[in-house]
Amino acid sequence: MAPLKLPDFFTLCLWACGGVVLLFILAPLLHMSLNVSPGMLTQTATDAEVLRSIRITLLTALAAALLFSLAAVPFAWFLARRKFPGKGVLLGIIDLPVIIPHSTAGIALLSVLNRESALGRLAETFGFSFIGNPAGIALAMAFVSLPFLINASREGFASVPQRLEKTGLTLGASPWTVFFTISLPLARRSILTGFVMMIARGLSEFGAVIIVAYHPMVMPVLIYERFTSFGLSYARGAAVVFLGVCLVFFIILRLLSGRQYHAQR
Amino acid sequence: MLSVKDVEVELGAFCLSGVDFTVKAGNYFVLLGESGAGKTVLLELIAGLLTPARGSIMLDGRDLAGIPIQKRHLGLVYQDQALFPHLTVRSNIGYAFSGEARDRVQEIAARVGATDLLDRKPTTLSLGEAQRVALARALIRHPRLLLLDEPLSSLDVPSRIFIRSLLRRLNAEGLTIVHVTHDYEEALALASHVAVLENGRIVQAGTPEEVFHKPRSRFVAGFTGIRNFFRGQVVADGDTRWFTLSGVRVALPPDHAPGHGCVVFESDSVTVSPEQPHGSARNVFYGNIIDIETVPRGIALTVNVGLPIHALVTAASFRELGLTLEKKVWISFKSTAVRFIPDEEKP
Repeated sequence: MAPLKLPDFFTLCLWACGGVVLLFILAPLLHMSLNVSPGMLTQTATDAEVLRSIRITLLTALAAALLFSLAAVPFAWFLARRKFPGKGVLLGIIDLPVIIPHSTAGIALLSVLNRESALGRLAETFGFSFIGNPAGIALAMAFVSLPFLINASREGFASVPQRLEKTGLTLGASPWTVFFTISLPLARRSILTGFVMMIARGLSEFGAVIIVAYHPMVMPVLIYERFTSFGLSYARGAAVVFLGVCLVFFIILRLLSGRQYHAQR
Repeated sequence: MLSVKDVEVELGAFCLSGVDFTVKAGNYFVLLGESGAGKTVLLELIAGLLTPARGSIMLDGRDLAGIPIQKRHLGLVYQDQALFPHLTVRSNIGYAFSGEARDRVQEIAARVGATDLLDRKPTTLSLGEAQRVALARALIRHPRLLLLDEPLSSLDVPSRIFIRSLLRRLNAEGLTIVHVTHDYEEALALASHVAVLENGRIVQAGTPEEVFHKPRSRFVAGFTGIRNFFRGQVVADGDTRWFTLSGVRVALPPDHAPGHGCVVFESDSVTVSPEQPHGSARNVFYGNIIDIETVPRGIALTVNVGLPIHALVTAASFRELGLTLEKKVWISFKSTAVRFIPDEEKP
């Protein structure tokens, strides 16, 4: 039998670094989850207000990602393929929502969506308001999460060999057909990853959403509200339930995007 | 048919300028050039994937400028085939058509010998198979002009023979082909017309005989590499293969199958002597010197033995032998120095 080989010092150090990082992520989550009694968990998971909030959170995040992907994905192709003056500036603008404080993003959005603004008044003529409305929540979520979808899609399109698109055109296909039958399927994995990241960022958004729409309450706002009104232990139940929902949701989306990728290879 | 006039394009540091050539209907036009000479750029300009900064590209008397790529009806096959990796071979070939194209896909797949490949994904194909599929995909729309980017390089010998033969048949049926390559043997084997591209310019164009026998510049002479090439028929006689043209019989090694094609041999494998040589060389001829040219490697002589045979001698030998124009000399070369590029090869 071969003697057991111990990992070298360098590998041990790498494992130690990984351990510290993983502990930092997992310890608070595990501590929080293990400090919620089963009774509290059941009570929160069946609470009508919590269930309503989960539904609104998931639907608005999904709607924001779906709606904006219609424009963001073709735009990402444009950014991947075309060269033009000022492209660097444009890419910087796209990344802006990632670096600005989200409360600032919320205030900025509120300025253009409030009832006195042109957009707000236009919405009023159709009998609705962005403020305190799921539509406003979806816009706040999209504002902070769009860079994830655009950047991932852009990288995906850039990795598709341009010759494939050129060949499609010489075969008589229109640029639209080439986009839908060649570029999009081949960049699908990156686009889906960006889509999942956009939803993830949307679900967890608090700063921008609370300014645009405190009600109807999305889960991050509800958890905050329970914390400020009833204290840590009461908020912990809602936090753990939402954590579970997010995990299940992402595992499903990740599996779906992974399966589609393998199917295309 | 195709007329490229004074075309200019600049891509970063690379520049293609003053490119002029004409391809007549039914021609097999081979564009010879080294890597980086601008061959692929020229094909992409014709296909419409790049726009020239200056000049015009006309097809059947119509300026192609402003005609979208998808309406030009040109077939383009890249060196790396560019097959769509997420589609089956069937969907690749039928990409240009909707559902009713099944029969057409079958028909063209049979033509290129890809019937058994139809349900496979491109990633599972060999290079030769992928090249057949790429050709089928380009041919299915009956293009007015077929543009080929190094279609034979990186293929194994049986695949190269198959594709070469297929291209020759397609051309014989009337398809006009523009084929870019760095390999002069491909030009000899296929071309009805040749143009040589150097540093973004066409430096010589004409029939293979004009370009290879009378290279107009040092670059063309060096690049085309070989001046002793003759088209004709090889016949078998016992263990020997003979190529006969204008009454001159050239012996070839016995491993060549008889048939039509080109015989090729390097000018530095030809020995020149004032007396009849008695060595092992089987090809011995007597003739007079009709041309003398100083080249970087020595002196290039053309000796008329019924055929103009090119020989390369050093300047010292040239002086010692007292060679002059019209002087009668013996030339000899071994049969093993002669290569045969058949028109119709069998794998």
